[in-house]
Amino acid sequence: MTALLEIEQLGVDLAVEGAQRTVLRDVSLTIGAGEAVGLVGESGSGKSMTARAVDRLLPARATVRGAIRFDGRDVLALRGAALRDYRGEVAFVFQDARAHTNPVRTIGDFMTETLRTQRKLRRPEARRRAVALLAEVGIEDGERRLGQHPHELSGGMLQRVMIATALLTEPRLLLADEPTTALDVTTQAEVMAILDDLRRDRELALLFITHDLELAGAVCDRTAVMYAGQIVEQRASHLLHDDPLHPYTAGLVAARPSISSTSPRLAAIPGRPLSAFEAPEGCAFAPRCGHADEVCVATRPDVATIDEGAARCHHAVALRGRLAEAFRV
Amino acid sequence: MLRFLLQRLALLATTLVVASFAIYSALYAAPGNPIATLTGGRTPTPEAIAVLEARYHLNDPFLVRYWDWLVGALHGDLGVSIPLHQEVSTLIGERIGTTAALVAYAAVIILVVGVGLGILGALRPGAVDGAVIVFTTISAALPSFVASIVLLLVFAVNLGWFPAFGTGTGVVDGFRHLTLPACALALTSIALVARITRAAVRDELGREHVQTAISRGIPFPAVVRRHVLRNAAIPITTVAGLTIASLIALSSVVERAFALNGLGSYLVQAALSKDFAVVQGISLVLVVAFVVVNVIVDLLYATLDPRVALGSRAT
Ligand SMILES: Nc1ncnc2c1ncn2[C@@H]1O[C@H](COP(=O)(O)OP(=O)(O)OP(=O)(O)O)[C@@H](O)[C@H]1O
Ligand code: SF4
Ligand SMILES: [Mg+2]
Repeated sequence: MTALLEIEQLGVDLAVEGAQRTVLRDVSLTIGAGEAVGLVGESGSGKSMTARAVDRLLPARATVRGAIRFDGRDVLALRGAALRDYRGEVAFVFQDARAHTNPVRTIGDFMTETLRTQRKLRRPEARRRAVALLAEVGIEDGERRLGQHPHELSGGMLQRVMIATALLTEPRLLLADEPTTALDVTTQAEVMAILDDLRRDRELALLFITHDLELAGAVCDRTAVMYAGQIVEQRASHLLHDDPLHPYTAGLVAARPSISSTSPRLAAIPGRPLSAFEAPEGCAFAPRCGHADEVCVATRPDVATIDEGAARCHHAVALRGRLAEAFRV
Repeated sequence: MLRFLLQRLALLATTLVVASFAIYSALYAAPGNPIATLTGGRTPTPEAIAVLEARYHLNDPFLVRYWDWLVGALHGDLGVSIPLHQEVSTLIGERIGTTAALVAYAAVIILVVGVGLGILGALRPGAVDGAVIVFTTISAALPSFVASIVLLLVFAVNLGWFPAFGTGTGVVDGFRHLTLPACALALTSIALVARITRAAVRDELGREHVQTAISRGIPFPAVVRRHVLRNAAIPITTVAGLTIASLIALSSVVERAFALNGLGSYLVQAALSKDFAVVQGISLVLVVAFVVVNVIVDLLYATLDPRVALGSRAT
């Protein structure tokens, strides 16, 4: 599989009250054409910032280190029309569909805006395509919906409109930042299924951001786990659950009350998640890790490749196989 | 939409009835005796008083007089000026054009300069924004009579670019005569509108939906036009509309400073000479204008924001 998106040692600092605050540190991630990669982690771990950096949507005065390449192009160097074209190839689905749609414009205007203004399509043709895609995401009366405003649609419906809109420009990469978190459970499953279906049909690459390790596993071939602005583990999704390489992943697995598992009440990871700028000198996870020793506190671990996966832990090899058990109570 | 329209019209009618009653009763209760005004201070004979009372209905009960006045007003008859022996509607008609032109001219200046400066400040942080803030701070602090004097001194007396007094003749000359007064009238409001615009545009720029538009590769100028300005137009319209409505009342100050023969300056003059019918008539016209401008703003607001017109709860 050829790499469509390559993120190399990406570092991001944001300007907060005059000071630069690190939110991403040494993030490397590759997504092949048509491949789905999950990005999982607790709140504040830097998932959204990673996706924003890819789409060049970081807040003003952010400093960026490292490299991002899309189809061989240097994303961080793109300007003007080249950047806009690139954004046409990379579609973003945001978590809060309501906040992310203009309340005073119609659904039709929202959906066809790019087609009309950037692709120079005529209005009837753009609307025809929009209605067709609405049907694909399970909205049958598309023609009527195009005349409505966002506040007339339910959250789930609006998120489906978002997904349809994202696909309308035939992008090659979809960045989906917790697209279902704001929805209720049933709607969540529906929207997820639609997203997954459409993506596979179109051989569209996907970066899927979620808190939910199992959901990522269901949709993605490969999953990356983030902690404090770093990717701490990357692995084929089906291996993460039973054979985690990083103590944090094992903690996440254990913390999720799985429906399929018959094990009793599971333990949560002690302590609270840290953001990158709060992380201590050594391993960022050391304050919460049951396996931490002096080495962990003193030096920051590098990424070690193990089998098909990678983990950022000094003791990953030594702990292999024992992690899954460690959190069971 | 129709329902909204009917609601607004009902509100408009109620406001006018209440306002007209307030105007009429306030002047009814005001000190001063119309007979004394009529006779110019001489002591009239009882017969003369009776004739005058009958002619001007001075002995009718208050509510009857109010009702007669209101019905007359609805037919365009605002009564007779006692000192001048002229129809109030004629007196108003002679002057309303000047005031309307002055307010309209000032409104255009406010919209163009105020909204323009606000947008500029919001889109160009740094030096440009700083200049906008300095300008609006100064102009906000200037009351219109001070602004009138300053403008008169600088542009009429020292530079001689514009005439200092009067209304002028013909359209072009009229414009020249109204330019300084309109600027003086607009100056304070420009500051308010510029600030509201700046804040609204800033606000919208930071909205998530603007980020969506950017993430879709829409060019920034189009994002600003289609999403930022379009949405910011909602609060801007409200504030600009109310500001322009308030100019109607403020116009008297400027009209007096520039010796314009408009409704505002005439209102003050009539009040000083206790010409009650004229004061009532002008007040009524000004209130109607104020209320109508407000209704227009309301309707504009409803057209701009689909969530208002449909009366649904947006979350
Ligand atoms: N606009 C901002 N300015 C400064 N810091 C920010 C800003 N947005 C986010 N951060 C910080 O950046 C870090 C990473 O945030 P990010 O939004 O990427 O987290 P996340 O993993 O997406 O979390 P969540 O699951 O809550 O969405 C956090 O520490 C957050 O506080
Ligand atoms: S490096 Fe040490 S502290 Fe960090 S995860 Fe590995 S064992 Fe835990
Ligand atoms: Mg996030």
